[in-house]
Amino acid sequence: MATATTHTPPPPGRNDTARAKASAPSQAGDRIFSGLSRGSGITLLVIMAAIAVFLTYRAILAIADNEGNFLTTSEWNPAGDPPVFGIAVLAFGTIVSSIIAMAIAVPVAIGIALFISHYAPRRLAAPLAYVVDLLAAVPSIIYGLWGAIFLVPYLDGLNKWLDQYMGWTYIFDKSGEGVARNMFTVGILLAIMILPIITNVTREVFLQVPRMHEEAALALGATRWETIRMSVLPFGRSGIISASMLGLGRALGETMAVAVVLSPSFIISGRLLDPGGGTFAQNIAAKFNEANEYGRDALIASGLVLFFITLLVNGAARWIIGRRKEYSGANA
Amino acid sequence: MKLHRKTGLRATALGALVVSGALVLTACGSDDNASPAGEKKTASASNVKCDDAKGQLLAAGSTAQKNAMDLWVKNFQAACAGVEVNYQAIGSGGGITKFNQGQVAFAGSDSALKEEEVAESQKICKGGKGINLPMVGGPVAIGYKLDGVDDLVLDAPTLAKIFDSKITKWNDPAIAKLNPGAKLPDTAIQAFHRSDESGTTQNLGKYLSEAAPADWKHDPKTKSWPAPGGQAANGSSGVAAAVKDTNGAIGYFELSYATASNISTVKLNTGAAQPVEATTENASKAIAAAKIKGTGNDLALSLDYKTKAEGAYPIILVTYEIACDKGNKAETLPTLKAFLNYTVSEEGQKVLSDAGYAPLPAEIATKVREIVPTLS
Repeated sequence: MATATTHTPPPPGRNDTARAKASAPSQAGDRIFSGLSRGSGITLLVIMAAIAVFLTYRAILAIADNEGNFLTTSEWNPAGDPPVFGIAVLAFGTIVSSIIAMAIAVPVAIGIALFISHYAPRRLAAPLAYVVDLLAAVPSIIYGLWGAIFLVPYLDGLNKWLDQYMGWTYIFDKSGEGVARNMFTVGILLAIMILPIITNVTREVFLQVPRMHEEAALALGATRWETIRMSVLPFGRSGIISASMLGLGRALGETMAVAVVLSPSFIISGRLLDPGGGTFAQNIAAKFNEANEYGRDALIASGLVLFFITLLVNGAARWIIGRRKEYSGANA
Repeated sequence: MKLHRKTGLRATALGALVVSGALVLTACGSDDNASPAGEKKTASASNVKCDDAKGQLLAAGSTAQKNAMDLWVKNFQAACAGVEVNYQAIGSGGGITKFNQGQVAFAGSDSALKEEEVAESQKICKGGKGINLPMVGGPVAIGYKLDGVDDLVLDAPTLAKIFDSKITKWNDPAIAKLNPGAKLPDTAIQAFHRSDESGTTQNLGKYLSEAAPADWKHDPKTKSWPAPGGQAANGSSGVAAAVKDTNGAIGYFELSYATASNISTVKLNTGAAQPVEATTENASKAIAAAKIKGTGNDLALSLDYKTKAEGAYPIILVTYEIACDKGNKAETLPTLKAFLNYTVSEEGQKVLSDAGYAPLPAEIATKVREIVPTLS
């Protein structure tokens, strides 16, 4: 998980003096604290390594017997004879649904965060922030039920409209009958689910913008929007990226909501409005109960791939944030 | 950020957590659609023979028989003081895995043990092996929603073609031929199946491939839906909800889901004089046509999906209890025998039909009653 901190550590110079002070034998509290935090850090690494080892060990057993190509086959039948399973559909579905979710959620979240932090009257801003925070406390199965019972029937009309007027884009072309239990609906649902976390972190970052920056911009005659564009957004950029990555992490791994809403099938199709596709987490939830031991190992192998995708995404995010250090809070 | 604002936020978040947590807990508790267990059942509980039953009996497996288990466990525990039966409905596959790891005294499963699973069970059953005891049957209803049509008759080939996306309109000649006089609309058929793996799917697949081999060429053994088309929903409850909401929909689920949500069910033209309705009684008649394929004490059934017997509804699901014939754990053996004795007894079978299940036909029930006392 990408950390949501908006402050990068202080520059090395300051750090050294701080450490020199901390190492003085008289300050027992500091030593205990340093030990505790180091211990927590190591524990975290050990847990991560243990997960990786467990997944790899179980996955190897299943992959060794797999008759299909694990990465390119679009079929899932580990109980078959011979066993054939591949993650092509799952990887495609996971990434596509997350992209849709991000495309919807990030702009909306930035908008809400800006509204709460810069536009809304004080009396409105606080309750609005609470409401957005509360959205994060709703369990995902509740989102799933809401999605399946309420959202799916209502999106039917939107799907028909998109098919009629945007059908030429291919991705909005609806080839057959069927209610809106598709990747597009899943993307919208995921967007709603990741909205609170992105909004929350982004809002905190926007509130950290040095008052001087904004006042300076206003003094130069900038309008409120220009102030936001010149001082708030550049300052908050790395924070927005971290927040988005936190949201993306949730979207990639969301299980129950997707399992309840999606009508899965092992077909790779760019047609977002047709029922079909699948995601890693959804597939594990759907197949785990009735799978035999071998099938479970196959599911664990697919989980390992999700683990790697998440690691890659977070690594990329850290790299982007690292490159943009000049905008982060440390230099403000 | 000011401190009091943060604590306010925490309090709100905590409140939300408590409320949503409570919602989740109640959601977990309320999936018991067999709750109206009447007074007559508590009265019959007095007939339960407890023998030497004591302590805790762990079991796990099929979700299909969960409601039946809940009833049985409740009655059994009410009659026998100090006994606790704990059945975890985690799915057949999971139940067999736990059984073969020695974690549970018996497993519930929608399909009989496979050869390699029997071989594995010999490690746990010292000197014996795992055997299948049929215990609960049930009809798999084909539910549909089609405005203006309330008495729909289909047969196996038409069902196979519908679920295989070969028939796509409700006014297809094949359907019209089976329903003379019905006003079939020009609506697209939306066939729903399970998105999760399920013994219900497997049993429907077995039925289609035996009763309509020319039209259903998919692997009958798979627990995940084998055909490419159609739409899916999660769990029997998900399929039932989707069918109820969508005009032109058709799907399959255990009968209790159809009765609970008031969904019309298809009558099957099996070749008998009258089309057969999905009822527990009709399912029992079809189970009576089954042959025992297991050897020795193993009572694995081979169901006759092609039965033409009058009033026999052939899309059925039989769940087994799987236990060791020899080599059960000494400390749970008396409880295991007492509990299975009760479930297969006349009272035990009688309560089933109230929960949407079909009691075992007399012949099979008698065989199970003979075998349970011999478990050792």
